[in-house]
Amino acid sequence: MDPKLKKTKDSSSNSANSPDSTHSSFLFPDEVLERVLSLLHSHKDRSSVSLVCKDWYNAERWTRTKLFIGNCYSVSPEIVARRFPRIKSVTLKGKPRFSDFNLVPQYWGADVHSWLVMFAKVYPFLEELRLKRMTLSDESLKFLATSFPGFKALSLLSCDGFSTDGLKAIATHCKNLTELDIQENGIDDFGGGWLSCFSENCSSLEVLNFASLSSDVSFDALEKLVRRCKSLRILKVNKSISLDQLQQLLVQAPQLIELGTGSFQQELTPRQYEDLETAFSNCKNLQTLSGLWEATSLHLPVLYAACASLTFLNLSYATLRSDELAKLVAHSPNLRRLWVLDTVEDKGLETVGSSCPLLEELRVYPADPFELDLHHGVTEAGFLAVSHGCRKLHYVLYFCRQMTNAAVATIVQNCPDFTHFRLCIMNPGEPDYLTNEPMDEAFGAVVKTCTNLQRLAVSGLLTDLTFEYIGRYAKNLETLSVAFAGSSDRGMQCVLQGCPKLRKLEIRDSPFGNAALLSGVEKYETMRSLWMSACNVTMSACRLLAKDMPRLNVEVMRDEGSDDRQADKVYVYRSVAGPRRDAPPFVLTL
Amino acid sequence: MENTLLGGGGGGGGISGGMSIVSREENNMAMSSDESSSYPDESELELGLGLSLGGGAKSKSKPTATAGPWGQYARILTAKDFLSVVSTKESSSSSSSSSSVTKANNNPSCGVKRTAEPSSPPGRSGASQVVGWPPIRTYRIQSLVNHAKSPMTEEITSAVDKWLLKASLFVKVNMDGIPIGRKVDLNAHSCYETLSQTLDNMFKLSVAVGARRSNAEEQVVMTRPSRLLNGSSEFMLTYEDKEGDWMLVGDVPWEMFLSSVKRLRIMRTAEANGLAPRSHERNRRQSIAPV
Repeated sequence: MDPKLKKTKDSSSNSANSPDSTHSSFLFPDEVLERVLSLLHSHKDRSSVSLVCKDWYNAERWTRTKLFIGNCYSVSPEIVARRFPRIKSVTLKGKPRFSDFNLVPQYWGADVHSWLVMFAKVYPFLEELRLKRMTLSDESLKFLATSFPGFKALSLLSCDGFSTDGLKAIATHCKNLTELDIQENGIDDFGGGWLSCFSENCSSLEVLNFASLSSDVSFDALEKLVRRCKSLRILKVNKSISLDQLQQLLVQAPQLIELGTGSFQQELTPRQYEDLETAFSNCKNLQTLSGLWEATSLHLPVLYAACASLTFLNLSYATLRSDELAKLVAHSPNLRRLWVLDTVEDKGLETVGSSCPLLEELRVYPADPFELDLHHGVTEAGFLAVSHGCRKLHYVLYFCRQMTNAAVATIVQNCPDFTHFRLCIMNPGEPDYLTNEPMDEAFGAVVKTCTNLQRLAVSGLLTDLTFEYIGRYAKNLETLSVAFAGSSDRGMQCVLQGCPKLRKLEIRDSPFGNAALLSGVEKYETMRSLWMSACNVTMSACRLLAKDMPRLNVEVMRDEGSDDRQADKVYVYRSVAGPRRDAPPFVLTL
Repeated sequence: MENTLLGGGGGGGGISGGMSIVSREENNMAMSSDESSSYPDESELELGLGLSLGGGAKSKSKPTATAGPWGQYARILTAKDFLSVVSTKESSSSSSSSSSVTKANNNPSCGVKRTAEPSSPPGRSGASQVVGWPPIRTYRIQSLVNHAKSPMTEEITSAVDKWLLKASLFVKVNMDGIPIGRKVDLNAHSCYETLSQTLDNMFKLSVAVGARRSNAEEQVVMTRPSRLLNGSSEFMLTYEDKEGDWMLVGDVPWEMFLSSVKRLRIMRTAEANGLAPRSHERNRRQSIAPV
């Protein structure tokens, strides 16, 4: 950093009104500073910048146009409105991640409406809204659609509380909509009529994703929409769209970069089949392919021509066998990301290892998570095979029923660059199936070898040793997920004391109690949040934490039938907004 | 200790086997619509909470005995459940039993291994079904139902239901004239009518304890829809909201009610006349003292 600048920074931070502060602007006028800072996009960089000195803080707040709020309760709409005058794009995240797995009761909160009301007042030119795990009603959607004339992009991921009626309002009123991305939300689907609400003048869409909605939409309306929107680059339709309909859409939009197909099973005439094949081969820019519900070897070959340019193949809704996957990946040498169901088995993963040397991310989801069928799934062998062939692998999410310490050790030796390692051995407390020992050494190997590890999810039979390893070696760890693991408070203490970059810690069904919770008293303000459910924490410890740390919100939810002293679900997060005012009766704010 | 039981055994029972005792009571009261009729007896319940337990002699893996409590409580299987009930009985108010849990978790044979039994009745599917486990997003879990091949559909639906077990929303219910209160899971209902019917059954309002009715009236009451909501019975259903006011149940949309209700009270109509009726007079603090 320029030493002259440093000197003036010292003086200006001491006395903002002294003549010295004008001295600093003489060196570095606001206009220049703002120009420079407007090139900064990462919100982390911007946060750092705002801490340099008062001038930089001001320049930064005036030039920030994108707002990222990782926990909607960490700050209030009022505070945000006061600090940032010129926001065009907002990303808001709400509920704790375990709400995805039904661990957070309905009506918990994270309602976006009060934010929308503030945005309408202070940011009338808002263009983008991206929500994750928030609750929003149809009324909110209608309010959104009618309050922001320049509104362009709406992305809703894992949200709830609204219905397709709300989508109608968006389609009807947002004349400049470029993006409508609806993913995996818990909503009421009252029919596909919302799609027909797009006006016939609407031609601005670039992103349309309604893959996770179930109702039929008017194909006629969809086709016309796709034809009009020449800039459409991402189209992900739902299951109601058949193969021959898909072909008609592709003919209108060969420029697509990302495609999500509808149902991939239909009796086609040879002519239709050929047309479909041709349509796919004309999509020269296709990088991402998803959907493919009910795809079988009958129709998969139509994709082969398009596979050459693919970098991301999402087969997680297609129950493919190993031979079917083998043929697909053989045509896709440029794959960077691959999501599959475990129906492909180890054999299928072997072919991935041999066909996709550039692979960076692998996710294997279970087709039979409740073990209702005699279904093999994948084992350590499949994971090993991929690690042999794909040395650039750095992101894995792997659901399996058996694993060994030795296999994991080999895997990370093959692929030491893991940044995200999420291993889910589906039976809680499952040991190494060959040695019957805990899986401590597996995760020990992961943290020792993968020095860039940012995210870790552990599973299997684990003692405190796992957490000792994590605390000692995982120096870049930011997110840790724990379930049915550990032996005593010591485990959690090791993590809290050892991981300097820890931001999110979520724990369920593990024997960590008050001593563990309280050992992190000074740590939690450096983190986004802590979640502990079905552990051994009591109300008294939570109250103590709340009392000692006024800038932390400590929220407790109790289960039925449990002792009054048990704190069954604890959610701790830092906040500058104080305790939240919209907590439902079953959330106790301490 | 809040667990008050209607006709249940001895007062301060604490938690000890409390879960199993209460669940039997609740089974009799037919609270939850999807309860299994073949709930396990208490001994099975204590031993067989899914995963094999620590604690030596008493531990037996009996994964079949899992349906009962979950049918009632949407109870999340916790580390505590792995304990042998011996320890919970001895220290009914123990809140941190980390040493016992250590035993359970270090048991190397922990785990759920079962072979598929398509013919087993839904309530005893055998697998230890834990809420929200494995950790797959709800959308993906639900899409499995759609993919299920026909002979498997019922099993999958039942398994998904268990995975999805909505976290319960239990509130206390007291009735004037009855010293011991009950609890009801509001999330098991989607409208006022079913809630009211449940309360009717729970407090046997058609054969009301403490009520003075003729036999003829009793019969009539049993065949009519719940009268708790329409003001024609001797009792009215009221609730205390977030702000501490006592309101008549039924005025606001169901969802709004759920988000603001703290507890319920079945009040004698005579006393309920002091409540704000169909208009919302939230400023007036009710003079009726909570039970």
